[in-house]
Amino acid sequence: MARIVVDVMLKPEILDPQGKAIANELPRIGLSNFTDVRQGKRFELTIEGAVTEELLAQARQAAEELLSNPVIEDVVNVEALED
Amino acid sequence: MAESLAAHEVPLVGDFSQATPDGALAGVRVGVITFPGTLDDRDASRAIRLAGGTPVPLWHDEANLHDVDAVIVPGGFSYGDYLRAGAIAAKAAVMSKVVEAAQASENPLPVLGICNGFQILTETHLLPGSMIKNDHRKFICRDQTLRIENNQTFWTSDFEAGQDIVVPLKNQDGQYVADAKTLEALEAENRVVFRYVDVNPNGSRNDIAGISNERGNVVGLMPHPEHAVEPGFGPSSSGFGTVALRGGADGLGVFTSVLNKLVGA
Repeated sequence: MARIVVDVMLKPEILDPQGKAIANELPRIGLSNFTDVRQGKRFELTIEGAVTEELLAQARQAAEELLSNPVIEDVVNVEALED
Repeated sequence: MAESLAAHEVPLVGDFSQATPDGALAGVRVGVITFPGTLDDRDASRAIRLAGGTPVPLWHDEANLHDVDAVIVPGGFSYGDYLRAGAIAAKAAVMSKVVEAAQASENPLPVLGICNGFQILTETHLLPGSMIKNDHRKFICRDQTLRIENNQTFWTSDFEAGQDIVVPLKNQDGQYVADAKTLEALEAENRVVFRYVDVNPNGSRNDIAGISNERGNVVGLMPHPEHAVEPGFGPSSSGFGTVALRGGADGLGVFTSVLNKLVGA
């Protein structure tokens, strides 16, 4: 068994209300050096056997067609996860 | 009490025993889709019935539109808003048929998406743009004034252009966003169908509450006209007593529009 990781982030120009709420919270736990927070999504796709180029291509297809909405999000990373 | 209501000709709520306003409208069959997590399918069906048409329940998992003349994709939280609001419902079996029929070159199917239904229509790309969380980060529920900017669509033809209506709004991911080029095209082509008046409740670009596709058969909006179809039960912004009881049905025109348009066609 192996896993492929897909990371999706809101496009930089799209306001991220959840990220803003988190950024506002950080000073309350004593951390005031972070000027902004953007929240994204991480998907882990599990497969039988080893990661191949073909499976990576299928993961990219999943990322483009289902895991992200190209109107508001970017797929920022698709990679094999080393266990 | 009942006597005084009758004297003012205020219909009983949901009294389906009454003759429909126009017998011909009853022949129009409007499908209402139910997904897991849909909330407003019953209200949408009532709205169609109160407008004089015949609602037909459609099931998400069945790739069959049962020969309906129009389809409503109702509000709610399909699939619990997992992944993105509307993203999973957009891939449902019934939606592939809706997309196909809405894009047919001849007699394209009229489709209305309300709230989560609007989100689903953007996820199928029948409508451009997308919805993200409200800019103020809170769920919002209020009586919202909307301006009918375009009364040429299947779903707004019974309104006057520029008419203001008040219907309930309730959402979490209601902020309509699209890139500058898309917004310009929507404005230039008169495809902003409903616009928020007085208050922009969620940070939507250009105060957009609802839009249409190029041909005007597909319309999506965030607020809920189906919750404002029965006198005395929708938002009533003026009057009191029996006067107020007669208000609150501003949303009914959305549903009479499609019925009248289909009968006239």
